[in-house]
Formats: sequence, C-alpha cells, structure tokens
Amino acid sequence: MSVDAANPDAVRMRRSLVTPEGVDLRLTLATAGDRAGAFLVDLLIITVSLLALSLAAAFVSQALGKQSGELIMMIWLVGFFILRNGYFILFELTPRAATPGKRALGLRVVARDGGRLTGEAIFTRNAMREIEVFLPMLILLVAQAAGEPVDAALGLLALTWSGVFLLFPLFNRDRLRVGDFVAGTWVVKARRPRLAIDLAHDAPARLARFAFTPEQVGAYGVKELQVLEEVLRARDRRTLKDVAHRIRRKIGWRPEPYENDADFLSAYYAALRARLEHRLLFGHRRKDKFDAA
Amino acid sequence: MSDLGLKSHRFRAEREADWRRLELLLAKADRGQARGLGDDELLELPVLYRAALSSLSVARATSLDAALIAYLEGLATRAYFQVYGTRLNLRERLGGFFRDDWPAAARALWRETLAAALIMLGAALAGYVLVAGDANWYDSIMGGMGQGRDPSASTDFLRKILYDSHGGEGLSAFATFLFVHNTQVSILAFALGFAFCLPTALLAGQNGLTLGALSALYASRGLGWNLGGWLIIHGATELFASVLATAAGFHIGWAVIFPGARSRLDAARAATRVSGAVMAGVVVMLVIAGVLEGVGRQLILADLARYAIGLTMLTLWLAYFYLPRRRGAR
Repeated sequence: MSVDAANPDAVRMRRSLVTPEGVDLRLTLATAGDRAGAFLVDLLIITVSLLALSLAAAFVSQALGKQSGELIMMIWLVGFFILRNGYFILFELTPRAATPGKRALGLRVVARDGGRLTGEAIFTRNAMREIEVFLPMLILLVAQAAGEPVDAALGLLALTWSGVFLLFPLFNRDRLRVGDFVAGTWVVKARRPRLAIDLAHDAPARLARFAFTPEQVGAYGVKELQVLEEVLRARDRRTLKDVAHRIRRKIGWRPEPYENDADFLSAYYAALRARLEHRLLFGHRRKDKFDAA
Repeated sequence: MSDLGLKSHRFRAEREADWRRLELLLAKADRGQARGLGDDELLELPVLYRAALSSLSVARATSLDAALIAYLEGLATRAYFQVYGTRLNLRERLGGFFRDDWPAAARALWRETLAAALIMLGAALAGYVLVAGDANWYDSIMGGMGQGRDPSASTDFLRKILYDSHGGEGLSAFATFLFVHNTQVSILAFALGFAFCLPTALLAGQNGLTLGALSALYASRGLGWNLGGWLIIHGATELFASVLATAAGFHIGWAVIFPGARSRLDAARAATRVSGAVMAGVVVMLVIAGVLEGVGRQLILADLARYAIGLTMLTLWLAYFYLPRRRGAR
C-alpha cells in the first residue's frame, strides 16, 4: 500500500467492495492507459492470428489442390467470426475473467455490484464493441469496397462516431466504456503480489547490536516507516546511504566506525515498527512525524 | 524490545502456511477450471478464504508491514472471486440456458418482440405498396443490393434465381458466409438499441422494406407463391431471430429512456440480463437459419417442401418459446 499511498492517482481509482463477511477488499480500477494497452495487445493477437490463419489456409489449399477451396473458405469465415466476436467473450468467461491482453496488464472484469459476473453481462459488454470500434471501420471499408472514394463528410462522421465511443472512458470517473456502462461491469486491477520477506524477521538479533533510546525511536510515524520499508526493499546503495545519513542526523546517532548503512536502517526499521505497532495495539496510529503522540 | 520479536512477525509466521495453501489452490483453480480441484480442496477453499479475510482484518489493524497487507489484499480478492464467482461448469450452464433461461428471456420480451414484428411487417407492407404502385421505387429501396433482381430483369431470370441449385458445390461455405453476415447484422441491431431504440428500429424497418419491395417485384410477374417458398424455408428462423435481436435492443433502449425509479445505469444493467440471454440464443438461431438457407434452400427445390419446412420451423420456435411449461422443474 505504501506505493499507492504515495500516489494520488491510485487513491482516486480505489473503490470499495465489501464482502458478505464485512471486509472491504479495496479494489483498484484500471486506468484508461491500462485499458487502451490491453486492447492494443488483444488487437495485435487477433490481427496476427488472422494473418496466420490466412497463410495456413493458402498453404493448405495449394497443397491439396482446388477441391479444398470450400473448406478453406469456411475455416477462414468461421475463424474470422470467432476471433472478432468470440475471442473476448470466451476468454472473459474463464475463471480469470480476462483476455490475454488484460492478463498481460494484470486486469480482470468484475460486476460493478460485486456479485457474480454473468454470461449475459459478458456477452453484452462485448457486443457493444461492435458499435464502439467495428462499425466506423466497417463504414469506411464498405465505402472503399464500393469503389467510391471515401468522401470527407463520411470520414468525418466515422471519426466523430468512434471518437465519442473510444474516448467515452475518459469522461467518467469509473473509466467505463459504453459496454461496461450497459452491462454493469467494470475492469479492475487483478493484483497478485508475491509474499515478500518480513524485513523485521530477525529483529531481536539486530536490535542487540543497535541500542536505540526511546526518544530516538520516537522520531517518526507510519508514513516514514513505510517509505523506509520501500527503501530497504529496493536496496539501492546510494538511496540507502542518503536515507541512513538523514536519519542519523535527525536522531543524533553516532555511527561506529565501518557501520553498514543497510544494517543500521534494518535495525532502525525493526525498532520503529515495534514501537509503532505497540502503540497501535493501544489504539493510537501515529500518521507521520508531525503527528504529536 | 521483546526477546520474541515483533508480534506482527509472529502473527505472520503462524498463518503463513494457510496463505500459501490458499495461493496454491487458487493457482490450480485458475489453470483447470473448478474441476482442477478435488472434493476435499473444494471444501477447503471457503475455509481458507475466510481465514485470509480474517488475517487481512487483523493485519490492517495491527501490522505496519505494507507489503504484507498488499499481499493479503490481493490474495483475499482473488479468493473472493473464486468463492463467490460462478460455480457452474459449462455443461450445466448451457443446459440451464436452453431449458429455462433463453425461452424465459424471450417470453419476458413479448411486448418488444411484438413491436419489432409490427415494425418489420409494416415496413414490408409499405415497401410492397410503393413498388407495386411505381416500379421506380424498387431501385431506391434496394440501393444496389438487388444482385440483378430488378424490374428490368426477365421473368425467366427471376424464376431461375429461386430454383438455382449449385449442385452441392460450395454450399457449406455459402451457409457459413450467410450465418456470419446475419449474426453481425443482428449484433449490430442489438448494440444500437442503446441509442434510444432509434437505429435499431431503422434497421428493422429497412429489412422489412427490402422484403416488401422484393415481394412486389416477384408478385408482379406472378411468382409470388414461389418467392414465398424461397423465403420461408430459412426466413421463418432468420426473420424470427432478427425480430428477437431487435426486441433485445429495444429492451435496453427503453430502459435507458424510461428508467423509472432507478438510475439509468441500474435500469440498463437490469435490462441487460434479459437482453443478453436472448441475444446469445439469437446466434444459435442464426446458425440454424444459415444451414437452412445455404444448404436446404439450394437442395430442396419443391415449393411445397420449402413451405412445409419453413412452417414446421416456425411452429417449433413458437412452441419452444411461448407454450406454457411447468415452473420450477429444475
């Protein structure tokens, strides 16, 4: 959460989802950039698959001679249909409720009311894509295929149309596209963070070497603790040195000769966390260093 | 400081095995649907899920390890969607859909279905009257979709089209093409319903006009009965499907125009439940229509047989959707 807390965007995209057990899971909505990125990945997969399908169809029909033309034609027609309509629907019906593009960006589709994501909702949100993306494309293609040059008015119409629908997510707080709006769904980040090691796992051993006084430990609050956690997890030598220097100055710590910055910070982290958690048990959460105890 | 280390560290050490176990089960469920889990594991999942939720609550209240809280939030969320997500497998889902959900949804939309059918019939009548009165209307209505079937064509040519058999060559590809094209148009009609019903109504009207104009052309050459057979063999299914798609679009559009006491968003969402089910069924109907049109119509050339097949299909669909059935027989 420390990363999120530092980032106002992440706080703005947070939505509460209270489970029947009464715990708020605090979902984070996907940003417009995430959504666009996922769609581009999906579009790329669809296009490449179509090309591969066409090439395979061409090779097979050449190998088999003219008789196979009909089969190839069918394969191509059905393949195109499935890719255009079924791709999104079938992938979102799986337990992970996400297309490969969404998986790549760590997203999933969720019912807005927190209930079950129904097949009808998935069907509807993807059927809407027809008018959001494919209709303007179709208008231009048909005009072109009819042999008429696409005139400015038609082009402008298609552009306005797709502009309205493509940019729709930017004009509402929840980044819903028209399909989400109608189907009652939204797209959230499906975080699957790994369980990192506990930085205070060897606290007693460390604290034996660094004896901090209560005043020294009382210099900071939760916010600083979590920044320190991030610094320790990142393990960047220059940052460690800077932070160690500033903390030593603030608490008036005299370093022993050859004292290791990372060791010092780990020990101070353990001491600070122990103190703050101890206070937490007594009902006081010290927000930051300006929060008077 | 205590010799035993931090309380939050001990808390984590005691529960970590459960979290890991839950993570393992979730990964398994993600890979191979719910069937990937054995009976014991299925029973274990909700227990571990509640344990993870309780860990999350405790951690939020007592631990200041931000990485741990982020991990537990992610784990509990994944488990929530697994536990409260759909439990049905694909076969149960499909069975329930064809037995109950689809006909029930179609019945619920009877008003919209009636309206869509009336629009299409009205437009067909208008198209017929216009072309019968002045053949010049034909071109403006068909707008290049006639494929040579226009007032200047000879009666023989028009007749030949109705009974043109490709001798079995290319039929399945033709059927596939028709299915894909019709489905795309139906999905479009449904999706456009969102824009206050109007574009959907226009599409239905245009469909009807074309039919009417074509009928007028053939009727003027005394081929009305023959055209009827050519149309009805697949049209009973295809036009029914397109009427249902139009109705599904109307249902959503209507909810957006007149949301009642709910917000427009909620009304649209509620409408989607019914409309989405109808539309998924429409795709199935169009597959059948595509086969009837691409294969049946090209191989069966007798008018009576065409009428018989078409009317049988129509009766079957009507009975399937609208015949009263026992409730709660699941």
